[in-house]
Amino acid sequence: MNFFETFRVAFEAILSNKVRSGLTMLGVIIGVMAVILLVSIGEGARVYITGELTGLGTNLLIITPGKTSTSGGFHPPSAGTVRKLTYDDSLALRRRAWLLTDAVPIVLGTGKVKYQNRSRDTTIIGTTIEFERVRNLFVDTGSFVALEDVDGKSKVIVLGRKVKDELFGDESPLGKVVMLSDARYRVIGVMRKKGTSLGWDIDDVVFIPVTSGQELFDTDGLFEILASTPRAEDVDRAISQIKDILIRRHAHKEDFTIQTQGAMLSTMNTILGVLTAVLGGIAGISLLVGGIGIMNIMLVSVRERTREIGIRKALGARNRDIMAQFMIEAMTLSGAGGIIGILIGVGLALLIPVFVDVLPTSVSLWSILMAFFFSAAVGVFFGVYPARKAALQDPIQALRYE
Amino acid sequence: MIDLSKITKSYRMGEMELQVLSGVSLAVQKGELIAIMGPSGSGKSTLMNIIGCLDRPTSGVYRFENREISTMTDDELASVRNSKLGFVFQTFNLLPRFSALKNVEVPLIYSGVPARQRRERALPLLQRVGLGDRMDHKPTELSGGQQQRVAIARALVNNPPLLLADEPTGNLDSRSGEDILKILTGLNDQGVTVIIVTHDQNVAAKCRRIITLKDGQILDDRAQA
Repeated sequence: MNFFETFRVAFEAILSNKVRSGLTMLGVIIGVMAVILLVSIGEGARVYITGELTGLGTNLLIITPGKTSTSGGFHPPSAGTVRKLTYDDSLALRRRAWLLTDAVPIVLGTGKVKYQNRSRDTTIIGTTIEFERVRNLFVDTGSFVALEDVDGKSKVIVLGRKVKDELFGDESPLGKVVMLSDARYRVIGVMRKKGTSLGWDIDDVVFIPVTSGQELFDTDGLFEILASTPRAEDVDRAISQIKDILIRRHAHKEDFTIQTQGAMLSTMNTILGVLTAVLGGIAGISLLVGGIGIMNIMLVSVRERTREIGIRKALGARNRDIMAQFMIEAMTLSGAGGIIGILIGVGLALLIPVFVDVLPTSVSLWSILMAFFFSAAVGVFFGVYPARKAALQDPIQALRYE
Repeated sequence: MIDLSKITKSYRMGEMELQVLSGVSLAVQKGELIAIMGPSGSGKSTLMNIIGCLDRPTSGVYRFENREISTMTDDELASVRNSKLGFVFQTFNLLPRFSALKNVEVPLIYSGVPARQRRERALPLLQRVGLGDRMDHKPTELSGGQQQRVAIARALVNNPPLLLADEPTGNLDSRSGEDILKILTGLNDQGVTVIIVTHDQNVAAKCRRIITLKDGQILDDRAQA
């Protein structure tokens, strides 16, 4: 019995019971659809986050106070029990670490910015002119915090686009005076519009000189020092250079942590890869349930067609002919379900970002292939038992079956 | 053509062993027309199943066209059934979802005949049993006599030397039954060996040899004019 004939017989059997076949297929359709959809959401998150991190430059080094053994993507707030990183540390790095192009001191806090009767709670970053270059954030009008502003602890402020819009509307803020915790700051610049990155609104922020920031937050330490190397290959040597300089300044103790953007990137990649695998695995369970549905319906089908099996055997069908007939029937159910599931899953994955813009998706070829082969495998795996049962029927018993 | 020697067949029913055939020896020549008779439970269906290669004897030797059947594998038996035997059942046993023509084609599927040739071989047989104009009808759209004629066409499609009919007229009215019997005897006239299992004296009367079974043994084996 040739393949084509077997296929046609299986197809006729499926079509002769459309509702039942459709419902059986639905189990596989939902399973495959869920695998593709969830994997593409997980992949979408990974592609989005790694893209954002890469956009910041992989040559970036982040020095935070305190020693942590992990190299995770999140820097814990400094506990203050260790020696702080100071503005002088950043100056020392800039002077002596020749592998670094920049060493930018940063203090970070929140506060209320007021202009006349309007005010806004926002993020305040104390830093220096080099911040622009290291973080790829540039002034649109006016100028950024200059070195003289840092040296002179000037009360000058650069507004993020959103802060400017909230406080000034269409009015030009340059030269105006805003209040920052009872101190008067003169606006010297407005940042370029940048939008949201990794959940942080880059436009909802103000910049002041790092020294003014330390005074404002009443601290002599830094939140972090951002450093960068001109070439990615220099990162490792730059790290040991930073260590040499800072350990000497910190009474021969390594009480700081250096993270690289590249390391954070790979950590993020691993975490999100696991997330994707977990999502896919959960969806895979529903595909498994769909497979059990196929087995169930195939067992019913074998029982219903016991007499047909008997007739076919009497007319010369070998065990393997019967086996093939039911296997192909099961595989057609799961294969067709798989293809429909892929179409719906890919369709939904492509539609989601159109309607829900916080949920980026990325349809990957491997998830489609995996879902298809998995659904075909489900057909084989759950088809074997019923098909074997059919093939091993005793023809006499089968012919007598009512 | 058929040589049965001391065939026994027994089934286990839990602790009990049920002996259905106890030492049947029988020889059938090519071209014979035989009726197997006997009361219910005499073992005639079991004997038919063994002759039809649907079942293997518990002991004894069965040779069909000088080939030993008792030791064949399932696949070898399937191949013998496909090419050497034609079955006609009391309940017709057509495939309900297939048309008359497709039903006749089924044995050809399993002998690997391509689709076009299957049709070319099946159609003349349907015409021969007088159903050429009903080839697209499903079994449910045919009368009992017509269904049995489709079944005969199907049994003949591989030109088997032996035709086995198990109560072929049992589910038919007397007129259709006579038609069927006429077809079977006609086939025998053309050289096909025919064995009919039957209760019906009228059917047996048409046969040249009547074998009577009782309690799993041959009670009587006689030729008639």
